[in-house]
Amino acid sequence: MTYEFDFSVLLPFWREFATGVWLTLQLSALATVLGFVLGTLCAIGRADGSPAVKWAVATYVEVIRNTPLLVQIFLVYFGIATLGVHVSANMAAVIALVVNVGAYTCEIVRAGLESVHKAQLEAADCLGLSRVQTYWHVVLRPAVERVYPALTSQYVLLMLASSITSQISAEELTAVANRIQSDTFRSFETYIVVGVLYLLLSFVVRAAFWGFGMVVFVRRRKLGTAL
Amino acid sequence: MHAPVSAKAVVSLSNVHKSFGALKVLDGVSFDVGPGEVTAIIGQSGSGKSTALRCINALETIQEGSIHVCGHAVHDPALDRRALRRDVGIVFQSYNLFPHLTVEQNIMLAPTCVKSMSKAEARELAREVLARVGLEAKAEQYPEQLSGGQQQRVAIARSLAMKPKLMLFDEVTSALDPQLTGEVLKVMESLAAGGMTMILVTHEMAFARRVASTVIYMHQGKVWESGPGSMLDRPQTEELRGFVGSGL
Repeated sequence: MTYEFDFSVLLPFWREFATGVWLTLQLSALATVLGFVLGTLCAIGRADGSPAVKWAVATYVEVIRNTPLLVQIFLVYFGIATLGVHVSANMAAVIALVVNVGAYTCEIVRAGLESVHKAQLEAADCLGLSRVQTYWHVVLRPAVERVYPALTSQYVLLMLASSITSQISAEELTAVANRIQSDTFRSFETYIVVGVLYLLLSFVVRAAFWGFGMVVFVRRRKLGTAL
Repeated sequence: MHAPVSAKAVVSLSNVHKSFGALKVLDGVSFDVGPGEVTAIIGQSGSGKSTALRCINALETIQEGSIHVCGHAVHDPALDRRALRRDVGIVFQSYNLFPHLTVEQNIMLAPTCVKSMSKAEARELAREVLARVGLEAKAEQYPEQLSGGQQQRVAIARSLAMKPKLMLFDEVTSALDPQLTGEVLKVMESLAAGGMTMILVTHEMAFARRVASTVIYMHQGKVWESGPGSMLDRPQTEELRGFVGSGL
């Protein structure tokens, strides 16, 4: 059994691939930023909120972590449509990814918050800092720095998982590939190219996180030691 | 039953009771600290001395009695904690510096956040208080790069930057070796000489005797004996005699 590889038929589609890569990056970046904000607020709520807030966050986290992403995406896409609000497939994809990664971020950041010693809070309190100031200046940065590797992995996973949003025809890389392979009947070649592109994207995302960490965590950059 | 609150006292405790569950930690503690006075609280572990200090700074709530600090009624549930914090500085045994900030940033944080000072003003202030503890050269370093004694001096400088009227020291040298203890005590002695009102919980008996205007010996949650530093040479009670003797 022989198979003649022919990648040349894909060459005319390079613009489509590029658009897909770009949209995957945009979806992932937006979902990462919003998911981080949502997850961090949830982590603070779970650590420090009223019993009702703690319960609400715990329920959200458990529901999301114990249901498939694809089902969540369909629920968001069709759910919003049922409410009579029109959102594009891309927008629905971002919302679903944010809701999903927010739950995982919450658990990771919560571990970081718990690693900050109570004595640090007491010291900040005794200096007269308000609760918000204490969280912002004393708790969050060390907490996020400690769990930054775990967060990086989670957001690389998010970028890869964004391929599932092709199911609601968000026009990211996998959706583009689906279309190209049905036009060319060159499925194997198409998905090899897509696989390589995702691999490269992962490297790019990891590098971006590493660079961002170097800028934000100054102490780590200067001393190179763990907190 | 107890002396009326002295009008000029910076700190005044009157019949303070505090329990953790069934455990009685403070059992009717009363004492006053006047402006510029240095009060050293000594006693065995578990005698309630650290708890007394934490009550003064509203880190613990009391069940009975009254505490007045710089005009704030600390026992009052309606206490404005942030107003109290502006008048009282505290230094802990474990330094509690913020590990992700440089020495200078550690000191600048509260003045910029709480007093809305500009970065430039706060930096100048940081240099000034660092000079007072002899660590100007360490401004750009991170806490982990400093020795324990240096970290504790930074913690003192961080408190001083808020220009407190009262400084509390909670066993600040207990984690340090004798040499590092010496450099921290020197800083504290210079503060005392500068007229700072101070309350320190300490195991450094020689320091208490030399620097403190009043020494309070606590035992079983009570002020067992108090007096000038020389009291340690002539203990009146069996317990203090035993405590002083065990230190030799």
